[in-house]
Amino acid sequence: MSRKEWPLYEVFIRSRNGLNHIHVGSVHAPDPKMALENARDAYTRRGEGVSIWVVASNAITASDPGEKESLFEPLAEKVYRHPTFYDIPDEVKNI
Amino acid sequence: MYTQGLDIPKGDKSIPVEKADSAEALRFQARIDADEKIEPKDWMPEGYRKTLIRQISQHAHSEVIGMQPEGNWITRAPTLRRKAILMAKVQDEGGHGLYLYSAAETLGVSRDELVEQLLDGSAKYSSIFNYPTLTWADIGAIGWLVDGAAIMNQIPLCRCSYGPYARAMIRICKEESFHQRQGYELMLALSRGSAEQKAMMQDAFDRWWWPALMMFGPHDTKGDAEGIKSQHSEQSMKWRIKRVSNDELRQKFVDVTVPQAEYLGLKVPDPHLKWNAETGHYDFGPIDWNEFKNVLIGNGPCNKKRLKMRREAHERGAWVREAAMAYAAKKAKRNAA
Ligand SMILES: [Fe+2]
Ligand SMILES: [Fe+2]
Repeated sequence: MSRKEWPLYEVFIRSRNGLNHIHVGSVHAPDPKMALENARDAYTRRGEGVSIWVVASNAITASDPGEKESLFEPLAEKVYRHPTFYDIPDEVKNI
Repeated sequence: MYTQGLDIPKGDKSIPVEKADSAEALRFQARIDADEKIEPKDWMPEGYRKTLIRQISQHAHSEVIGMQPEGNWITRAPTLRRKAILMAKVQDEGGHGLYLYSAAETLGVSRDELVEQLLDGSAKYSSIFNYPTLTWADIGAIGWLVDGAAIMNQIPLCRCSYGPYARAMIRICKEESFHQRQGYELMLALSRGSAEQKAMMQDAFDRWWWPALMMFGPHDTKGDAEGIKSQHSEQSMKWRIKRVSNDELRQKFVDVTVPQAEYLGLKVPDPHLKWNAETGHYDFGPIDWNEFKNVLIGNGPCNKKRLKMRREAHERGAWVREAAMAYAAKKAKRNAA
């Protein structure tokens, strides 16, 4: 038996126009074209999508959950970035 | 059910029972208790990862092997309509296997490893698929009972703590309802047919009823007395991999299925079956756990046949996998030049 596994591709599907592609899972395939075909068979048997992206899994660079705090926490302190930070008198309308 | 959790021999320490006292483990458990989802790159206890790999891959193997009993009838479906339905259902089951392998791979195990474990017999799959499909009525019984039991079990798994598994289960659950309904509709057609068709339906029901109840796995509490017990059930509950007990799910299945059987004019093959007005549930007779154990260790009516067929299919496809890889490599080289 061949020990050479088909590469892994991540699959993203746009369920209808106007929406973003969303990650749905992965497939194995020898090349991107077959990855698309496999993704179609595996993930869209009931009209779940109008467009598919496949991306080689090893081409994705992901953030490290361990760095969640240094990456995202500082933003929680910047409350002035939200509209609710500002007090405007009730008499002033449409703002 | 599809992952009855029984292939862990007594005293096997390969899945460590976690001592949840490290700071990381405590933080992990706190996240679980707060119903937060765990995602692939998050820190997790080794036991959590191993339990999930085992459970998800067993589940995937079950879907894949589960194509065989029904595939057996595709060429003999009585009408074109039934044939198209059965083909779509069997294709779905293959798809379920793929969703689940994909989820398992996020835990750092390769697809090849998992497939190999199935083919060399070291991985288990659900006992239910080692029973033969002798008549067309079996196809109805499987859709109605086996997929029905699967749904019962899979709905709570949609809320499982591990994100990729939960998402795969949501996808699967959306497709299962069609499986169960087409099975019941098939039975309905037989129930309105000739005396022979009714007898065939009853015979299929008699053969599938008990194996369907066994799908939920051993008793959660009184299992020890029978020498068979759901392993690591407590730990899985704590980690929210498993959210409802085997017995609870089994009871729920009996409660909803008995009236459906009565509607078809079927008699449940259990002399102890009786409505209990006090508990608001059906009481039912003891399950033959010896049969269950036997099927699990490989002595069911079809274990050998199922694995043999899977192996042959895999081997026959080897040249296609290799040729496709060789072609992709050649094309990549040409593009680079
Ligand atoms: Fe399935
Ligand atoms: Fe199904």
